[in-house]
Amino acid sequence: MMDMALDALSWISITAGLFFILVGTLGVLRMPDVYTRLHAAGMTDTMGAGFLILGMLFQTIEAIAHGESAWWFILIRLVLIYLFLLFTSPIATHALARAGLAGGLKPWSAPGDDEE
Amino acid sequence: MDDRVILRVGTKVLSPFILLFALYVQFHGDYGPGGGFQAGVIFAAVFVLYALVFGLERAMKVMPAKVAYACGALGVALYLGVGYLSMFRGGEFLNYSYLFDPEHDPTHGQHYGIIGVELGVLVTVFGVMVALFYAFAGRRRVDT
Repeated sequence: MMDMALDALSWISITAGLFFILVGTLGVLRMPDVYTRLHAAGMTDTMGAGFLILGMLFQTIEAIAHGESAWWFILIRLVLIYLFLLFTSPIATHALARAGLAGGLKPWSAPGDDEE
Repeated sequence: MDDRVILRVGTKVLSPFILLFALYVQFHGDYGPGGGFQAGVIFAAVFVLYALVFGLERAMKVMPAKVAYACGALGVALYLGVGYLSMFRGGEFLNYSYLFDPEHDPTHGQHYGIIGVELGVLVTVFGVMVALFYAFAGRRRVDT
C-alpha cells in the first residue's frame, strides 16, 4: 500500500517534470525573442528538473523504507542538487538576460502594440 | 560598485561549494566517475568564473599567474616523485606496491600511491588551466 502510494507520487512527479521540460523546449523553439525564450528555458531548469528530482526522492524514500540505509546518501545528494539548481539556474538566466540588454537587443512586443 | 550584485553575490556564495565539489570528485575517483583531471578542471573553473565576474586584475591578485605556473610544475614533480620513490624502493617506475617498507601490506602502498598521483594530476591541470585562461584573457584586441 505504502509502496504503491510512493510509486504513484513518483510517477506523477516525473510526468509533471517531463511536461514542464516539454513546454520549456517548445517555448525555446517557438518564442519570438531572447527574453521570452529565456523565460521558457528557465522553466525547464527549475520546475522540470525540480519535479524530476522530487520523483526520484520518492523512489529513494521507498528504498529507505525497505531498510536500505545506503540510500540516505542518495537522498542527501538529490536535495543538495536541487538546492544548487535553485541558485545557479536563475543566476545563469539573469546573466544571459543582462548580456542581451548590454548587447542592445530590444525586447520584442506584439505588432501594433506601440506603447513605449 | 555597479549593478551586477546578483552575479557577484552568486559567485561569492557558490565558489566554496564548487571548490568542495572538486575535492569530492578528486577523492571519489577510486570508487566512481571522477579523478584528478576532472577535479583540476572544476578547481580552475572557479577562478575562471571569478575572473569573468570580478575582472582579470582582481583574479590575478587572488591567484597570481606565477602561482599558477608553479602549480603546473609542482603537480608534475609530485607525480614523478611518487614514481621515482617506488623505483628507488626496488620496484618499477610507479609500481605502488613498493612505495612503503617491505613489511607493509602492498595494498597500502597502492592506495596511497594512487592518491598521490591523482593529487599531482589535480595540481598540474589546475595550474595549466588557469595559466591558459590568463594567457588568453590578458590579450588586448589588436586593431589593424
